[in-house]
Amino acid sequence: MSGVNASGWRPEMGSAEAQGQATASGDRALMLEEALIFELGRPDTYGVDIDEADAEPIAGLAKFLRAEVPALPGLSEPETVRHYTRLSRQNYAIDLGPFPLGSCTMKHNPRLNEKVARMGGFADLHPLAPQQAARGAFEVINELAHWLIELTGMHGVAMTPKAGAHGELCGVLCIKAALQARGEDRKVMLVPESAHGTNPATAAFAGFTIENIPATAEGRVDLAALRARLGPDVAGVMITNPNTCGLFERDMKVISDAVHAAGGYVYCDGANFNAIVGKVRPGDLGIDAMHINLHKTFSTPHGGGGPGSGPVVLSEALSPFGPLPFTSRQADGSVLLVEEEDAAQQHPHSFGRMAAFHGQMGMFTRALAYILSHGADGLARVAEDAVLNANYVLRSLEGHLEAPFGDSGPCMHEALFSDSGLADGFTTLDIAKGLIDEGFHPMTVYFPLVVHGAMLVEPTETESKAGLDRFIGSLQSLATRAKAGDDSLKSAPHFAPRRRLDETQAARKPVLVWKGDSQG
Amino acid sequence: MRYLPLTPTDRAEMLGVIGAATVDDLFVDVPAEARLSGPIAGLPMHASEMAVERHMAALAGKNLAAGQVPFFLGAGAYRHHVPASVDHLIQRGEFLTAYTPYQPEIAQGTLQMLFEFQTQVARLLGTDIANASMYDGSTACWEAVAMAGRVTKRSRAVLCSGLHPHYVSTIRTMAKFTGDSIEWAAPALSADPDTAGVIAAIDDATSCVVVQYPDILGRPTDLAAIAEAAHAKGALLVAVVTEPVALGLIEAPGKLGADIVVGEGQSIGVGLQFGGPYLGLFGCSEKYVRQMPGRLCGETVDAEGKRGFVLTLSTREQHIRREKATSNICTNAGLCALAFSIHMTLLGGTGLGKLARLSHARAQQTAARLSKVPGLSVLNNAYVNEFTVVLPVDAREVVRKLADEFILGGVSLGRLYPDVPGLAGALLVCTSEMTTDADIDALGAALEGVLA
Repeated sequence: MSGVNASGWRPEMGSAEAQGQATASGDRALMLEEALIFELGRPDTYGVDIDEADAEPIAGLAKFLRAEVPALPGLSEPETVRHYTRLSRQNYAIDLGPFPLGSCTMKHNPRLNEKVARMGGFADLHPLAPQQAARGAFEVINELAHWLIELTGMHGVAMTPKAGAHGELCGVLCIKAALQARGEDRKVMLVPESAHGTNPATAAFAGFTIENIPATAEGRVDLAALRARLGPDVAGVMITNPNTCGLFERDMKVISDAVHAAGGYVYCDGANFNAIVGKVRPGDLGIDAMHINLHKTFSTPHGGGGPGSGPVVLSEALSPFGPLPFTSRQADGSVLLVEEEDAAQQHPHSFGRMAAFHGQMGMFTRALAYILSHGADGLARVAEDAVLNANYVLRSLEGHLEAPFGDSGPCMHEALFSDSGLADGFTTLDIAKGLIDEGFHPMTVYFPLVVHGAMLVEPTETESKAGLDRFIGSLQSLATRAKAGDDSLKSAPHFAPRRRLDETQAARKPVLVWKGDSQG
Repeated sequence: MRYLPLTPTDRAEMLGVIGAATVDDLFVDVPAEARLSGPIAGLPMHASEMAVERHMAALAGKNLAAGQVPFFLGAGAYRHHVPASVDHLIQRGEFLTAYTPYQPEIAQGTLQMLFEFQTQVARLLGTDIANASMYDGSTACWEAVAMAGRVTKRSRAVLCSGLHPHYVSTIRTMAKFTGDSIEWAAPALSADPDTAGVIAAIDDATSCVVVQYPDILGRPTDLAAIAEAAHAKGALLVAVVTEPVALGLIEAPGKLGADIVVGEGQSIGVGLQFGGPYLGLFGCSEKYVRQMPGRLCGETVDAEGKRGFVLTLSTREQHIRREKATSNICTNAGLCALAFSIHMTLLGGTGLGKLARLSHARAQQTAARLSKVPGLSVLNNAYVNEFTVVLPVDAREVVRKLADEFILGGVSLGRLYPDVPGLAGALLVCTSEMTTDADIDALGAALEGVLA
């Protein structure tokens, strides 16, 4: 293809001139640009050797055959390996440094878990293999289900939800099904303003009307306002605990009791379970349903945006309605996995199936290896060190950045700051982009919505003190520059593979697929 | 504990900075009665890498891996050879341990890959555009039904009888809560799908017709005829592809009039993994882009005019729109999408075509061998790499007996449709380029033994 030089660089990818000396290739030493596969590949190139088929397609297929092969370019294996390796170098990752995204729990991903998930008996196992050929897989599901139930003090667990939001949906559908079984049509779901966006989106999908619960000045659910709103039209509440301001909802049990007394159910967003794993059991707080992001608390890799995994633990009241397949505790203490074939006898009130097959098995093996590696002592230490690291960040920075709930007591696993006190025109975004130049991934920004210019820092337990000190030093420096009105911060990042990207143009005239060949 | 870097000295110093005497003081907001007094019941203390590996290997050893035996299972999950470089590349820490690319300046690797993935998927499915992936095929299928409802402002979906039963169940579950009406009947054991029946079920209230291609019995359907009938009534055609390798051989649904094409991408690059994680493919006509669910990656420029990529059109999504979002979906299947994209790059269109032809040739060879088994008949007039055979006895029992002889001979329809006695004798048989002559001979001989 014309316009592509031997290294794959094209003019629109940009040259390095702005940063000083230009190079003929567009690359600068280890800063490597990479063209699209559609610019590099050719339709007749491939990186897999495949035997020729020795027969013509059967006659019945003739009218379905495609006219030509899909217009997909191929690359040889060396070109493929190089393409993706070069792309990978334009990503920041936990393996490179702290990734303190609040509410996302970007902790180290142990490589043992990767090894385990790739064992032939797990990775090369068909989901519809006869049960006699998949005993080990069912044991993994049951064993993980058992520990999730024990760690949360709940009654049953739905293992199939594919991610956190899918888990929320599972929990909310259980609530809906339980209400229907009682013959009640309660319409209102109460959701705090600080909730993740998935909470109201999920409740709305299930047909509930969302009403916000206000927060107190110290950043917790306003118990009096909540009590005042409870009534026969309220299906339940969706509460995140620890909440997205990084605080434990200390009235949680009181809230649960009040909601139950009014005939409602309590959903807990378990995104922040990492702060309390091994220390507090949500079941003891009166929770009816909670999803567990295995990709957060239990360290399965985020993979650049999934796959996730969101098993949902359920109380005795909601367990009968859980989806198929379902794992529940038996009278003898063991857990039993029920599928459609046995559902009529074992799990007759299930609201149905949420997805094909058994859930994110590849994440179950990783999470089980993680739980067994830490053990009872290690998991409690996870929560303790996560909370210790976050408080260390909070107290080391509260003199430099505004900490809106710094006076509310210790934080849990994440520390919340705001952009109040920066020089005029300087915002959270500038701090975040400045962190990129400092070699860190930014914290979560502009969430939760209850704080102006929120910066939510979740260091996790897998950061060393030395690593935290470097991060704190950088953030202190950035706060100083932003208060002094250092204009260079407004145009950060300066040293990343790309400068700030034009998101408005991307949305106004969406280019979602490459059309370079059709545009000539 | 090997994953925790803080030392006792670190902890003491940090507590000093915080001004707390003990770590427990940091949990002061947890009411005393809610705190655990001791370790989690029954959970052993921390274990070495070696000990955990040994435990997990013992569990893995209780399974019969596909590669150990003659293997003919499909029905929504397919086994193709995954090149070694795919698994190597997805384990690059910069891909594996990155988050959703919300900071695009330091996530161009993931974003460019997603842009390439979207283009590959759109071209494979024959649609204008595609998103950055969904959880899996079954959930993508429900999202397509929901999206068709938003586009047409109707709430009656017609599902073809050959739609994967787990997909049907997923849709029915969701529809129970949204109030959508779902038309579906179990498939009949006929050589061709009932296209006329599907067309007859479309009326003026129909939001969409959902057609699997090839269907659960392995039969391709005349999509163009259904598209025409659907469009005449103002309904959309949603095509569902559970085996994307088949599209190396048969025409892309988007080219046959499908408005939305969804699929399960697992068979390219991902592997079996006992059902997950997989990845949902989602493509559609460009005019419906603002009704689409899920993440989208788009091209733009940076402050210096360099080409770059960002997540875009997020005003459809939950983190912006909250209760008014097109879907509550947040995550995609990023790493599985990467595996799919790498494998597709290694194949190219030519390689995909060869892969589909070879898988089909193995199916022909298998069908020819099995049709010699007394009492067995091959149902399909057409198939790509999966077809249905009808046995004189309950196929569930046959599958179990074959497994006792270390042959994974297929998926019984009785397993998929426990409530439909008429399907109990049917067995789905699936092949790929991995199927050997010896596998085919072994299955034929074992079936002759079991049915004798």
